[in-house]
Amino acid sequence: MSRIKTVFATLKQQGKTALIPYITAGDPHPKFTVSLMHTLVEHGADMIELGVPFSDPMADGPVIQRASERALSHKVGLTAVLEMVRTFRQTDQLTPIILMGYANPIEAVGPVVFADNAKAADVDGVITVDYPPEECGSFVNELRARDIDPVFLLSPTTDAKRVELIVNQASGFVYYVSLKGVTGAVNLDIVEVAGRVASIREQTNLPVGVGFGIRDAATAKATAAIADAVVVGSRMVLAIEGSNESNLLSNVANLMTELKTAVDAA
Amino acid sequence: MQLYDMPDARGHFGQYGGTFVAETLVEALEELRVMYEKYRYDPVFLAEYAYDLKHFVGRPSPIYHAKRLSDKVGGAQIYLKREDLNHTGAHKINNTIGQALLAKRMGKPRVIAETGAGQHGVATATIAARLGLECVVYMGSEDVKRQAPNVFRMKLLGATVVPVESGSKTLKDALNEAMRDWVTNVHNTFYIIGTVAGPHPYPMMVRDFQAVIGVESKQQMMEMIGRQPDAVVACVGGGSNAMGIFYPYIDVPNVRLIGVEAAGLGLETGKHAAPLTSNSAVGVLHGNRTYLMQDADGNIIETHSVSAGLDYPGVGPEHAWLKDINRAEYVAVTDDEAMAAFHNLCRTEGIIPALETSHGLAYAEKLAKTLNKDQVILVNLSGRGDKDINTVAKLANISL
Ligand SMILES: Cc1ncc(COP(=O)(O)O)c(C=O)c1O
Repeated sequence: MSRIKTVFATLKQQGKTALIPYITAGDPHPKFTVSLMHTLVEHGADMIELGVPFSDPMADGPVIQRASERALSHKVGLTAVLEMVRTFRQTDQLTPIILMGYANPIEAVGPVVFADNAKAADVDGVITVDYPPEECGSFVNELRARDIDPVFLLSPTTDAKRVELIVNQASGFVYYVSLKGVTGAVNLDIVEVAGRVASIREQTNLPVGVGFGIRDAATAKATAAIADAVVVGSRMVLAIEGSNESNLLSNVANLMTELKTAVDAA
Repeated sequence: MQLYDMPDARGHFGQYGGTFVAETLVEALEELRVMYEKYRYDPVFLAEYAYDLKHFVGRPSPIYHAKRLSDKVGGAQIYLKREDLNHTGAHKINNTIGQALLAKRMGKPRVIAETGAGQHGVATATIAARLGLECVVYMGSEDVKRQAPNVFRMKLLGATVVPVESGSKTLKDALNEAMRDWVTNVHNTFYIIGTVAGPHPYPMMVRDFQAVIGVESKQQMMEMIGRQPDAVVACVGGGSNAMGIFYPYIDVPNVRLIGVEAAGLGLETGKHAAPLTSNSAVGVLHGNRTYLMQDADGNIIETHSVSAGLDYPGVGPEHAWLKDINRAEYVAVTDDEAMAAFHNLCRTEGIIPALETSHGLAYAEKLAKTLNKDQVILVNLSGRGDKDINTVAKLANISL
């Protein structure tokens, strides 16, 4: 059983919702990324979404754009990111790592080499923002052949027919993007999201994660009540951005504790 | 003979093109694809489009025999397809009218655009004013500086110009920002892309709207010289003016199609904007798969060209395809060569060309020298250079 599956199964038994923080690998500096990952886990992360920096993050708002720029200023690319995952795995063999990024870094090495390298680094899932299912059939096959879960995004504009198409390609979980917009937007409508999540559940048994627009304990709690996983991205990156070397890990730990308490209370 | 029939139903030109976008945009693109299919051959839509091209743009644009230039260069006869005479001063308006008429039919009250040189932004602001649509134009802050006259024109036309500060602050970043706007406002907004790039159906649709250039050229060349030219030359940024003039010629044998990219400071310096000529790797950006200037990690690298409209790291997917099947040739000329051709056309023909266009002219001069006097080169004179006078003055250390 894949790590992602195992985590969701365990949480389900406990009646809990997964908390998945997002950070951009290499932000604010590559030397902190692995310690940040361990800090996230120590303070309640059930899985980690690790952003692969990209020069043209079209689906991201200013906060994650800046994180990408900071990481790229230290020349952090896909190879370096996989190296970080490998290092993380030396002391954590349980927490699923999901890479999140854009198609071109994958295209640059090709789907086979990418999948081989991701497997060697012990990555569990991959989200590729600009690979809709119609365009990434062979990529999905390469991932699946290596037991890596292709995780897909569903959006408020995805109709039932496309949900069907997507859940048939996805494994691990599906990720419902709670709003029309880029990461970091703040107009999450929880009632609407609840309705959408419910109708997605009618079409699949895969766990449904919800992200985009979760910015504090209250929105995390409300989302946890309706989803199998809560993804927190821009808020996490803001905490990193607002820290200095000495309080980076403690600031991230404090935010995680707050979010974890909220998610567990749902 | 097998007739050219690209792209396929999903917008693929061989391995190029496609729809590589975030899930939120898939529905909007599908809606656009369906609407475009519906109106593409619709006589009423086409009549409305043709009416605007004639009465608002001033088409057909003439073809002009640049005799003095041809004599001076020595060799083939150079003919110019005068897109610079269009309303707003470039080929861009052909496309914005087509897309704006679609936006109207789709009931979208707001249009957005990206722009590099500002010509596409001006053309979008123009048609938005005429049709009463709200218009927001994204422009890299570097380009806002070097194309100041066009920024002011857009504002006069009632558009909001948003300077983009991210990344390299040029055309590709303007495109990123326009995509972000579109994802957020997809319910009421039509994104008017200015070149043959972006996700399907844009590369095909923009080509179709620009194909009027080649359709007219075929007829005009027959009238003027009784045959088709030996070579058709056009500059390539994203590649819309080139696709527009190439497309009707693809099935015409013995007409060489030559796209001219920006070699900037020289291909060997790495400071250029010539993904095809420099043999860049294939990748995915802005919704399609194509040749892309990138580093080993797949990050897009910064481009350089004296002309803002060619300063783009990718190229329309159909050009990638035409290169691979050897139907079109791609070459590059440097900033300096383009500047020399710019001055040459000003002085010998009384036409001030855009800096983008000057790249095509520079290569046409080189090619003409290798051909006979009775051979003919048709250059797409994609735009006029009024917008560039500040840049040219600055290069000559003159303050206006
Ligand atoms: C006059 C002119 N020619 C050419 C271009 C390049 O665009 P494309 O390659 O799409 O024709 C531009 C773009 O701004 C332009 O203004």
